[in-house]
Amino acid sequence: MIDFSLSENDQKILDYVRSEALVARKYARHYDENEHEFPPEALPEADQFPGVWGLMGERGEEDSGSSVIGMMVTMAETWGDYSVRMRKGRGVGLGNAALGAAGTPEQKEKWGHLLLSMAITEPGCGSDPSLVQTTAVLDEETDEWIINGEKIFVTTGCRADGVVLWATLDRSAGRAGIKSFLVEKETPGFVVAHKEKKLGIRADDTAAYVFQDCRIPRGNLLGGKEEIPKQGSGGFRGVMKTFNMTRPMTAAFGLGMSRAALDFTREQLEEAGVDLSYGAGVHGLSAAAAKFQELEALQEAAELTVARAAWMADHGMPNNLESSISKAKGGSGVRTITQGCIELLGAMGVSRDHLLEKWFRDVRITDIYEGTGQIQHMIIARTILDYSREQLS
Amino acid sequence: MISFGLTDEQEVVREAMREFAEQVLRPAGRPADEASELPADVMQQVWDLSLTSTQLPESVGGGGEARSPITNAIILEELAFGDAGLGLAAASPGLFAFAVADFGTEEQQKQYLPAFGGQKFHAGALAVLEPSPVFDVTNLQTTAEAKGDSFVLSGKKRFVVMGDRAEHFLVLARSTNAAKTGFGAVDAFIVPRDAAGLSVGDVELNLGMKAVPTVSLTLEKVEVPAANRLGGEEGIDAARLIAGTRVAGAALLTGLSRGVLEFCIPYAKERHAFGEAIAQKQAVAFMLSDMQVEVESMRWLTWKAASQLEQGTDATKAAVFASRYAATQAMKIADNGVQVLGGHGFIREHPVEMWYRHARTLSVLEGVAAV
Repeated sequence: MIDFSLSENDQKILDYVRSEALVARKYARHYDENEHEFPPEALPEADQFPGVWGLMGERGEEDSGSSVIGMMVTMAETWGDYSVRMRKGRGVGLGNAALGAAGTPEQKEKWGHLLLSMAITEPGCGSDPSLVQTTAVLDEETDEWIINGEKIFVTTGCRADGVVLWATLDRSAGRAGIKSFLVEKETPGFVVAHKEKKLGIRADDTAAYVFQDCRIPRGNLLGGKEEIPKQGSGGFRGVMKTFNMTRPMTAAFGLGMSRAALDFTREQLEEAGVDLSYGAGVHGLSAAAAKFQELEALQEAAELTVARAAWMADHGMPNNLESSISKAKGGSGVRTITQGCIELLGAMGVSRDHLLEKWFRDVRITDIYEGTGQIQHMIIARTILDYSREQLS
Repeated sequence: MISFGLTDEQEVVREAMREFAEQVLRPAGRPADEASELPADVMQQVWDLSLTSTQLPESVGGGGEARSPITNAIILEELAFGDAGLGLAAASPGLFAFAVADFGTEEQQKQYLPAFGGQKFHAGALAVLEPSPVFDVTNLQTTAEAKGDSFVLSGKKRFVVMGDRAEHFLVLARSTNAAKTGFGAVDAFIVPRDAAGLSVGDVELNLGMKAVPTVSLTLEKVEVPAANRLGGEEGIDAARLIAGTRVAGAALLTGLSRGVLEFCIPYAKERHAFGEAIAQKQAVAFMLSDMQVEVESMRWLTWKAASQLEQGTDATKAAVFASRYAATQAMKIADNGVQVLGGHGFIREHPVEMWYRHARTLSVLEGVAAV
C-alpha cells in the first residue's frame, strides 16, 4: 500500500540520528577551516550516543525497509554535517556498499566491519571506467593478485581501513575485463600518495593512491569470479550493479545538507517576519515565500526519488534507472536549493558566521562524484530509449 | 512505513484505465479539441466505468468502496495520459459528488448523490475560481452572508467545469462571519441552476482543454436555504477540499506529461538527421531523460499528498508542493515536447501542439478536479 508516513520506530531512529547529528554540526566549522586535521574518532559527546544500530535491530514489518530507512538515516546524518561523524568504522563507506552488493557472504563477514573506500577514477579516466589502466595479474604460484596503477579522488581514502578498487585483468578485453578487488591498508606496495584540498566536504578526506607490485590474496577478488565474459559487458555490468545503492546514497548525502540549508533559511525568514504558510495560491505569497516553497518542493521531489530507488532495492526490483534518476535529481536539486537559499538570505547567506555558505560549498560535489549528472542522464536516456552504449554516447 | 507499493486492486484499475485511455480517450481527444465539444458517446463510456459511483456509499446507490484519493490519483494520471481534456471531463462528476460524500450531511447525501449512481452521465460542478488575476482561494471575493434561515451569495465565478449542463453548482464562498479567516472562512453552498439571481454565462472559449465546457457564474444576492450549506452547521474542511483538488490537478498534469514523453520517444527514434536518429543526439536525448526524471518526481509528490489525504492527516503542504511542482514541470515538458518534434510540433497533425495548450491551461487552474 502506498504510504509516506513514518512508523514509530522509523521516527525514533531518525530522532536519534538527528540529535547525534547536531553534535557533529557543532564541530562542522572547525574541521572545515582546519582541513589538515582529521575529525576525532570519538567526539567528547560520544558517550551520550551509543549508536543507532541497536535501534535498527528492533525494526519490524510495520517499519520502512532497510534501504529506505538507510537513506533517511544518511540524510539525517549529513543534515548535521557531511563528514564529521562520531565514530569511524561504521561500514558506511562507498566501498562498503560495493562489498554489500558484490561480495560473497564470506567476504562480507570478513570485511564488513571495516571502513572501505572505493577507488575507480584514475588520472586518465573519470566517468568512463572502461579506460581503467590499473592492472591485476594473477601469480598462480603464490595464489596472489599483483596490483599496479594509480587511483585519484578516493573519498575517505586517508581514513579508510581498506579500499575496493577497480582493476583490469586484461586491457584488451575492455569493460568485460574489469573486476573489483579489496586491498587492506598496510599491504606492502599500497601507498596513500596525498590528500586533496577542496571547495567543500573538507573534513572528509580525498586521497590519491599508488599501487606498485601490491600483492593481495587471491580471495580478495570481490564476488570471486575470475573468468572474463566472452561477449558483451556482463562482467562489467556486474561491477556497475554495485552502483545501484551508491547512487541514491550519494544523492542522500547532498539532500541532508540541502535540507539543513532550507531549515536554516526558513528560521531566518520567519524571524524576519516573512509569512511562509501554505494554503494560499501563489498570488497570496510574497516573492520570498514563493521562492522558498519552490525550493522546498524541489527538495521533497528529490528525496522521494531517493526513497523510490531504495524501496525498489528493498523489494528486489532492478533499480538501475531509478538510481540514476535519484542521483540526477538530487545532484542538480541540491545545487539549486543551496544557491537559492543564499539568494533568499543575501549577505547573511554568504557570511561565514553561519553554515549556509559551507553547505553551499559542500553539496556541489553531489552532481559530480559517483557519476556526474550528465552520466546519469546518459543512463536514463539509454534506458528509456532502449539504446546501447554504441547507439548513444 | 514508506512504501510505493500499489495494492493488487490498484494494479488492476491502473491497467484497465491505461487501456481505456489509449483506446478510447487518445483517439477522441483531438477531434473533441478541434470541435470544442465533448463527445457524448465517450462520456457515456466513461460513465459506464463507474469511476465516481464506486466510491459513493451504498445507501445512496453507490458501490460502497472506501474513498481512496490514492486510487483516484492513479486513475487521473491514466485518464490524462489518454487526453487531459477528456480525462478532466471524465473525472468531473467527482468534483461535486466526492465533496458531498466527504462533507455533506446525511440529508444532503440522500438528496444529491443518487443521481451519480444512475445509468446516464450526470454532471457535477464545483465553482472555485474567480475572474481576478490575483485569485487566492483563502481570500475569496464571493461572499456568503447569513440572513435568518438562509444565506445570500454574491460574487463571480469562472472556469466552472461542466457548468453548461450541471443541475447544481457547489459554490465556494467566503463567509462574512468575521470570526474566521483563511480556509476557516470558506464555505460551500449547493446552488440550483434555476436559483433567482444566478446567471450562467455562455461556454467560455479557452486556450486549451477545449473539449471541456466551462462557464462563468454571476451571483447577485442569490438566496439559498441554510440546508444548502454543505456540511450543515459544521460546514466543510475547506483546506482538505482544496488540497484534494490540487492533488487531482497534479495527477492530471503527471499523466499529460507522461503522454508527451511517451509520444516523443518513438518519434525521436524514427526521425533521422545528419545520419542518425535525433534521439541519438545528446541534446535531444537529455530533454527526454529530463522528462523521465520529472514525470517520476511529479508522480511521487502527487502520491505523497494523496496518501496523506487518504490517511486523514493534514495534506495542505504536500498538496501545494505537488500542484506547484507539477504545474511548472508539465509546462516545461510540454514545451520540450514541441521542441523535440520541431516544425511538426507546431502542426496540428501531431498532438504535442494540443498538449502544449493543455499544459498551459491546466497548470494555472485550481479546483477543476478532485481525488
